[in-house]
Amino acid sequence: MKKTMYEKIWDSHLVAEVAGQAPLLYVDRHLMHEVTSPQAFEGLRLAKRKVRNPQSILATMDHCVPTKDRDLPIADPIAKKQVETMAQNCEENGLNLYDMKNPNNGVIHIVVPEHGFVHPGMVVVCGDSHTATHGAFGALAFGIGTSEVEHVMATQTLPQQKSKNMLIQIDGELSKYASAKDIALAITGKIGTAGGNGHVIEYAGSAITKLSMEGRMTLCNMAIEAGARAGLVAPDEKTYSYLKGREFTPSGASWDQALAYWKSLPSDDGAVYDTIITLDAAEIEPQVTWGTSPEQVTGISNIIPAPEDFDDEIKQQACANALDYMGLTAHTKITDIPVDLIFIGSCTNGRIEDFRIAAEVTKGTKIADKVTAIAVPGSYHVKKQAEDEGLDKIFIDAGWEWREPGCSMCLAMNGDELTVGQRSASTSNRNFEGRQGKGGRTHLVSPAMAAAAATAGHFVDIRKL
Amino acid sequence: MQAYKKHESIAALMNRSNVDTDQIIPKQFLKKVERTGFGPHLFHDWRFNDDGSDNAEFELNKPAFKGAQILVAGDNFGCGSSREHAPWAIADYGFNTIISSSYADIFYNNCFKNSILPIVATKKQLASLMSEVAANEGGKFIVDLENQTLTTPAGNGFKFDVDPVRKDNLLKGLDDIGLTMQHTDLIDQYEKKHKQNYPWLWA
Repeated sequence: MKKTMYEKIWDSHLVAEVAGQAPLLYVDRHLMHEVTSPQAFEGLRLAKRKVRNPQSILATMDHCVPTKDRDLPIADPIAKKQVETMAQNCEENGLNLYDMKNPNNGVIHIVVPEHGFVHPGMVVVCGDSHTATHGAFGALAFGIGTSEVEHVMATQTLPQQKSKNMLIQIDGELSKYASAKDIALAITGKIGTAGGNGHVIEYAGSAITKLSMEGRMTLCNMAIEAGARAGLVAPDEKTYSYLKGREFTPSGASWDQALAYWKSLPSDDGAVYDTIITLDAAEIEPQVTWGTSPEQVTGISNIIPAPEDFDDEIKQQACANALDYMGLTAHTKITDIPVDLIFIGSCTNGRIEDFRIAAEVTKGTKIADKVTAIAVPGSYHVKKQAEDEGLDKIFIDAGWEWREPGCSMCLAMNGDELTVGQRSASTSNRNFEGRQGKGGRTHLVSPAMAAAAATAGHFVDIRKL
Repeated sequence: MQAYKKHESIAALMNRSNVDTDQIIPKQFLKKVERTGFGPHLFHDWRFNDDGSDNAEFELNKPAFKGAQILVAGDNFGCGSSREHAPWAIADYGFNTIISSSYADIFYNNCFKNSILPIVATKKQLASLMSEVAANEGGKFIVDLENQTLTTPAGNGFKFDVDPVRKDNLLKGLDDIGLTMQHTDLIDQYEKKHKQNYPWLWA
């Protein structure tokens, strides 16, 4: 039978189909952070259960860590307790933790690829919906709840229902300054935030193979924003050369063995998908969200829609609510929307290529009056690399703040947040009401678009600069 | 886990689609290391005014919906993050049943781990249910998981689908981990084979 990549990974990880439970799937790698794990460790302790395979776990602290004054104790006592609990849990269970002071620290989905901890064909989980990121390597990677975190720690398996297969085929050439982020937003705009529910998305086509590994990570990261729990890109030479030589990547004879397996993973010709979506890369403009859901998005050359521009009654209402919350008037040009705060960072766009392109746009400019701009590298390694290349100087000279790594304003748990009515251009992944601070207004964009908005004080068509 | 019993309760109506987990439990409440105590923060940003008083405009603050154990909500409920704090808050507030036309996958899974039944209605069923709740606020609904039926105050209702395994676990209050651990021998066997097939993962 012809199989999709998802079906190959599923079949090779099926432990058993036992009566009274969903099929049991084996888990190769378990990623952890401080927010969704403490209750799982507590559950294990109460039930007197042990972590079955400590080596399968890599943990970091990212969600509530400060991005400045890292040498001082964390001011928020509850955040401090959460971080300390994480350290204690990892210590007690013998887990590999990159704590706040560790030179390997950073956002979990940035750190894991840096160390080659995920390989093609693996099943990877984390108590975090953006686990989908690791699908860039051709691994089945998905977010789970805390009860499931506990389940995986105790049994190295998860009862799972098999998903449907969705193929998103994107061919053609992206225009200059249109990026993986714009592809991800354009997909969400096209199929909606529930469009991928119940599916695993496989991204394919010439526009996808042309993306760098970091671009593929950005794309897969936002599979969840289109409702899919996981996104996948077939491994290829770019994948192998990215992995080669990293800490947890096999070497020598093991490398050859692993490589042969990885090469068997791409979907078979003639494999069947339940749903197929196609996009033309050439038509994807730099995107800007205008509403409070990632599906409320449009190209930079467009205008903000009005409720009556939608046929569907629910979408009309959602549009009206969003315009009200966002303080925007229908049919305003996207380029006329002013911004107050710029955030470049997060597991979506906190990698070195993101800072390179943003620095290229920023070089020799100054941020607009009354604009605050913060650059938050995804990890200490990204930070160091950027500093070695002199990128930090470009941002600082332009008036940006250059911070320590963490999730920061993506979900605003660590004190970095918008105030009521403040409007951001953000390279993160969600523009929900209050996501970046109560009453805050978020516009999701690519790093290049964010950098251009910082200089102009409003959104600009980066292609025309 | 607590067993899911047959419930008779009023239903609260939340006629919004794409209700996300950042609304269900905003991030400032995610720093706790316990599973309990999230109910008072459920829908915090919508539910309370800036001075901490109840926002009278918010659906769940309607006196007629007080004490509701059933939440009727629009399409794609629970989208966004994986935070299980969302179902913890929903359960802690007092809801044991949600009815919507669809749910985000992770949220849907998380409900079953917390004695919450997420009923999937067709769009038509949901629309008619919403009209009935709106017309008869405070009417009692009966959710019978055993027979997979929902009965409205007017005596209407429908039969809903639920995965038989999940249904059984909810009815018996079974803990998934305990169930899986009964098959540790199968996991051991699989792992042995896994080590042979993918030795580089175990080096």
